[in-house]
Amino acid sequence: MTLLMKNISYSFVNEEKQRTQVLSKLNLSVSQGEFVSLIGRSGTGKTTILRLITGLLEPEEGTITINGKAVVLGDVGYMPQRDLLLPWRTIIDNIMIAGEIQKGLTITKERARSWLARVGLLEYENALPSQLSGGMRQRVAFLRALLTGKEILLLDEPFGALDALTKKEMQSWLLSIWQELDQTILFITHDLEEAVFMSDRIVLLAPNAPLEEVIVDLPRPRIREMQHSTELFMLRQELEKKIAYDND
Amino acid sequence: MRMTTIKRWIQSYSLFFIASIIMLLGVEWIVYQKIVPAYIVPAPSSVIISIIDNWRPLIMDHLSMTMLEFAIGFTISVIGGVSLAVGMFFSRTIEKLMYPAVLISQTIPIIALSPIFVLWFGYTIWSKVAVTILISFFPVVVGTFDGLKSTDKEYIELLRSMGATKKHLFQKLYFPSALPSFFSGLKIAIVSALIGATIGEWLGASQGLGYYSRRMSGNLNAEGVFSAITLLAIAGMMLFGLVTIFEKRFLRWKNN
Repeated sequence: MTLLMKNISYSFVNEEKQRTQVLSKLNLSVSQGEFVSLIGRSGTGKTTILRLITGLLEPEEGTITINGKAVVLGDVGYMPQRDLLLPWRTIIDNIMIAGEIQKGLTITKERARSWLARVGLLEYENALPSQLSGGMRQRVAFLRALLTGKEILLLDEPFGALDALTKKEMQSWLLSIWQELDQTILFITHDLEEAVFMSDRIVLLAPNAPLEEVIVDLPRPRIREMQHSTELFMLRQELEKKIAYDND
Repeated sequence: MRMTTIKRWIQSYSLFFIASIIMLLGVEWIVYQKIVPAYIVPAPSSVIISIIDNWRPLIMDHLSMTMLEFAIGFTISVIGGVSLAVGMFFSRTIEKLMYPAVLISQTIPIIALSPIFVLWFGYTIWSKVAVTILISFFPVVVGTFDGLKSTDKEYIELLRSMGATKKHLFQKLYFPSALPSFFSGLKIAIVSALIGATIGEWLGASQGLGYYSRRMSGNLNAEGVFSAITLLAIAGMMLFGLVTIFEKRFLRWKNN
């Protein structure tokens, strides 16, 4: 068992000191090498879950552990919704930043360059983020999270802002890297089709209701053609029903 | 590359230069026609001649003194202002203690304070330096402080999620984020520091362009007054240009 969230409760406190409970007694576990998607409507606490795992937020109750040890800042690779590339750093310096921050982590220039080459961005290594398109920037942001060298990657709607075609390319691209590296991925998306296509397991969040899970046992590797298969279609429908049911 | 820079310059400033030349020629003509007496508005040509005739005392005695006062005052403002801004950024107590004081320092008319400086520092260089600091400190503090404060929270969280310490955050995030606003403050500060030195000289000095222009004004020597103003304007523009060059150098990422 890699990542374990036990009995997690969390609420936001606004300026008038009113509490809004976002998560209550949440239990979630993600095994090593698993690709898990979190879906649910806005405000169900998807991003909060990721921020709790990074250590940026502290749960009111409950524990979060990775391989039995309580999480601290710097334990996981985190990719927020916005690409957040530092505008004054070149692309290569952006993806190497974790090496400047974390003790015992060295990212060599050769390694960074070889990754840029793999995502087709080597010619941009000395460009500034403002010179790249949205899809390119997203790839760079992903590499930055990947090069932290952490086993667990938390991806918050990484492809949410991309156009449909770029998004499809990025999905296949992410799957191929994930498969090669045996990484554990926790993935937030609003796109049900994307969730089914990418994941081993989908976790549905609903306000004030226990988690629901849907196992996706489509074979791997997943290829583009499977997006039109009956199994995928059925799973998607099942998810849609569950979400609609939650709304009642 | 070089060529395009020059072309851009010509494109941006040619209209202004042409207008300036036409205006100077216009003034020249008005004075030549004796529409306005030369002791009110001197002909631009006679100002230039006056500068050339008196260049030794103007440059060696007066401009150099003004620049010295400016340099000491401005350096203290930048070092002190940046330190105070960083202190206020990291400590709420320092912010609460000092921010109102910095604001109030701006609301007091400097002309009113200057006699106090003369009282304290006499006619030494320090009374002029004090006015220079008083006038240029504020934009440095506010520019730096606002720049540091404007750092995007999401970037802070991203770096913290990687385990960044306060030192990392300062080096890799706060400092570069604050640079654009710091330079905006610096551009105002460098020009106003020169004004500060000149005002200081008006109020009591025996050297400097402020002193020189006041003396010439007392003598009804309009050429003399205008040559001091011309030199101050040229110095101000050059200093402003210097900051702009540094700004371009450090904020290359902003120009893309």
